[in-house]
Amino acid sequence: MILDKKHALQRKLFREFAENEFTKELQDELEATGEFNWDIHNKMAKYGFMGTKIPEVYGGQGGDYLSYAIMDEELARQNLCLSIYANTSNSLGGGPLMIAGSEEQKQKYLPPVASGEKILVFGLTEPGAGSDAGGTTTTAIPDGDDFIINGRKCFISGAPVADWIIIFAKTDLTKKGSRGISMFIVDMNLPGVSLGAHEKKMGIKGYPTCDVVFEDVRIPKENLIGPLHKGFQYAMKTLDGGRLGVAAMSVGLGQACIDEAVKYAKERKQFGRPIADFQGVSFMIADMEAEIEAARQLVYHAAVLKDAGDPEAGLACSKAKYFAAEAANRAAYKAVQIHGGYGYIAEYRVERLYRDARILSIFEGTSQIQQVVIANGLLK
Amino acid sequence: MSYNSADIAAFKNVWVFCEQRQGKMMPTTFELISEGRKLADELGVELCGILLGDDVDGIANELGGYGADKVYVCNSPLLKNYTTDGYTKVISDVVEELKPEIMLFGASNIGRDLAPRCAARLHTGLCADCTHLDVDLEGYKEFLRTGSSLDIDNMKWDSPLFDVNVNLKMTRPAFGGHLMATIVCPRFRPAMATVRPGVMQKRPFDEAAAKAVEIIHPEFSLTEADIETEVVEIVKAAKKMVDLIGADFIVSVGRGIAKDVEGGIAIAEAIAEELGGVVGSSRAVVDAGWISADHQVGQTGKTVHPKVYIALGISGAIQHKAGMQDSECIIAVNKNDAAPIFEIADYGIVGDLFKVGPLLLDSIKAAKANA
Amino acid sequence: MKIIVTVKQVPDTSGKVAVNADGTLDRASMQTIINPDDLNAVEAALSLKDEYGYKVVVFTMGPAPAEGMLRELMAMGVDETVLVSARQFGGSDTYATSQILAAAIDTYGFDDEDIIMAGRQAIDGDTAQVGPQIAEKLHLPQVTYAGDIKKDGKVLTVKRMLEDGYMTIKVKTPCMITCIKELNEPRYMTVNGTVKCWDMPLTVMDYEALKDHELIDATTIGLKGSPTNIYKSFTPPQKGVGMMLEGSGKETTDKLVGILTAKHII
Repeated sequence: MILDKKHALQRKLFREFAENEFTKELQDELEATGEFNWDIHNKMAKYGFMGTKIPEVYGGQGGDYLSYAIMDEELARQNLCLSIYANTSNSLGGGPLMIAGSEEQKQKYLPPVASGEKILVFGLTEPGAGSDAGGTTTTAIPDGDDFIINGRKCFISGAPVADWIIIFAKTDLTKKGSRGISMFIVDMNLPGVSLGAHEKKMGIKGYPTCDVVFEDVRIPKENLIGPLHKGFQYAMKTLDGGRLGVAAMSVGLGQACIDEAVKYAKERKQFGRPIADFQGVSFMIADMEAEIEAARQLVYHAAVLKDAGDPEAGLACSKAKYFAAEAANRAAYKAVQIHGGYGYIAEYRVERLYRDARILSIFEGTSQIQQVVIANGLLK
Repeated sequence: MSYNSADIAAFKNVWVFCEQRQGKMMPTTFELISEGRKLADELGVELCGILLGDDVDGIANELGGYGADKVYVCNSPLLKNYTTDGYTKVISDVVEELKPEIMLFGASNIGRDLAPRCAARLHTGLCADCTHLDVDLEGYKEFLRTGSSLDIDNMKWDSPLFDVNVNLKMTRPAFGGHLMATIVCPRFRPAMATVRPGVMQKRPFDEAAAKAVEIIHPEFSLTEADIETEVVEIVKAAKKMVDLIGADFIVSVGRGIAKDVEGGIAIAEAIAEELGGVVGSSRAVVDAGWISADHQVGQTGKTVHPKVYIALGISGAIQHKAGMQDSECIIAVNKNDAAPIFEIADYGIVGDLFKVGPLLLDSIKAAKANA
Repeated sequence: MKIIVTVKQVPDTSGKVAVNADGTLDRASMQTIINPDDLNAVEAALSLKDEYGYKVVVFTMGPAPAEGMLRELMAMGVDETVLVSARQFGGSDTYATSQILAAAIDTYGFDDEDIIMAGRQAIDGDTAQVGPQIAEKLHLPQVTYAGDIKKDGKVLTVKRMLEDGYMTIKVKTPCMITCIKELNEPRYMTVNGTVKCWDMPLTVMDYEALKDHELIDATTIGLKGSPTNIYKSFTPPQKGVGMMLEGSGKETTDKLVGILTAKHII
């Protein structure tokens, strides 16, 4: 696909920003501390990244799904963890409000999220409800004008720095599975909300993750997003958009693997010549390039379908996410292989890419869940 | 008739703008006078300096010692500190009156402020930041023989537009030094150039010529109303700190310093100091705790591209080369003649850094003393 | 109250530079970028806009594809752009370029409180001449090598950098300021800017628009109006394989330093 002038300019912006601002020092610091870096968050916010896909009337920048995909791709090419900084508000955080929020809710929550002033995260997963989101056991019981929430959400990316969280809770206990679930926005500072310990993750270490626990948390009815008992379908819709983002990140990370492998293969000499001269190496690079380019086209295609409101868009996002995440992992494997022993040493970038890549085929729907979705599209 | 810069025949002699700051001649001026002498001789004309300031007659004679026949000195309290307006007016007025055919300025921050303004006012051409100047065509060809990849003997040299034998040929780097261009200014006079400091050779000083130089005070008019800017203060900077990335010269040490770590680093520091550069290192030196991590050059350290990179006792592992192979000039000193660093070095010396390093320092010092 | 900034699109000389067999630059194979110093001038103008509410107008002279650069500048926060473009302007040296840009700026118009800014120099020619020459043609005072700019009413206080320190200079508007890298850190585009810039004002000033200006005639513009001409262009000798020096004594280091001095490397 040939990008139009607008999206080509956006690519230039995201690429220049990531190349200049995601310095090695910053990336090392994120890796070493595992802490959220407010300086880079604020800088990304200043240029509008948190609101890329949010409409201008809600304080956003007025970009579209393709803008968002290009952003995630270019940021992840330099650092996966930092691409997530800009991603959340545009997808899982802001997404449910854009899809199901009332005008009043959009006016209230989106502008501070789009400006980066507030951080909004997404809480679907529970200890017993991963791929099977229908297994949600968190409850929200009506009590006068309020709901009382009890339960535990786990692996919540960004929870330690969040101001608000979108959660899914059972509101009709008589219904089984995905039915009877509703969507709420909850202020993280309310009494009864507490955080679990920071998870020690394999990769994306600079974006902290932990459990969020709700103990008799009282929230007003206005915090219900969308219709009562119908939250699950919105969760799935939000995840469509999120899948597109992860697919784009996968392309970015895969591209980073190609960048590193090409550079190293030209520099590294063995048997008196650059290892790029050996077909065992150059064919691996050819595979990486072909697969990542294919993934990129799937991502852009899915983004364009999303922007057009095409009914096939959701499926296209799943295909893109499945293929891109797996391709990124294959690319990371090969990049490390080409680096040999150096690739196993933390000082080389591919070591981190290899670990970071692993999450891509897991979060926002594992590869296997994507396969289920894709197969269902054909077989149902 | 009014001044006409296209009336080429009316212009004669080579002039040099003699830049002084706070009554002290800028060293580049002597290089320009020396080069101007060469050009004046090739044309068979006089070489004149033009010196502006407040009561600066005292520094005019020295110009004669480097080759000036005459110095036009313009004194005024309004010329004490450089102002674009004041200097442009006086120089342009005097040039209109006396009509030199060539005029050189140092390519300093002042010369490059003043020369374009004068050229625009006088309606003539200016070539910036020249590194080579010729009038004589044969001399120009000789310069190209070593300074270019042109096929000198099979080229056409004459031009239908101008006389290639009398026009000043001004050569300068362009496109970041990837290309060289020789510029001419055939239809207007004076042909003006700013000249890069430190490039032209200074002639030996001639005491007798210094005494013999003719000092002339041309008439000019300058009032406060002519100067639209106000110089509030002039501040001399303290020696500025340089980091690896911005450094023009980097002297790096590697594992080769192991037998005397402090001594090895001291040698690098001394050479760096002499060149006005900084000390770098390979990763091994940092890992061993011999030097702090901010000195590290390479894949996991800094990527640098100085003018000169001197590698002392660095074998040149790929991760080190990744950080420095784009240096303009790489000099490697290593005991092992098979060290990979020599593959990318412009100049290599096989030897012990503890022996070669101090000798290199002496040679640099000696060269600087002779400059 | 406005700031006019002159900007140039240049080939990116920091990467690989391709040279044709005849010694000219293979421009087609090179990326174009916004001249780096000019970005510092734009940033200086945008910072003053943020503080004082100036309107920022960018002028560039060049071929039609320079529009892309102008859109990019508007995505950064520039309010309006002018593309000065005509076949008759091609081949201009710095003198002729200044003449044309001065005529364009004069035609557009500027007031007492306005500022004109430029980058110190462009990386393709490194001449640093166009800024001062525009100022001369417009009869404006200039301050070059600006390392800091402060505004107090109609007076700007500029830190003018020298090799060995700096001067503090006061200058009244309207005036020309040329900016250096050390002045600031240029901002990026904003995401919203990349969406909006396509509908922002871009005017083309062609030969027709400028031909009646007093600074414009055949003897002052284009290749024919340029006082300087290129006589020869060539590539410096290729950097060959490195030279291994014999021995490791004083004569060797003397020889090395001799070569370096002769080549003006040190």
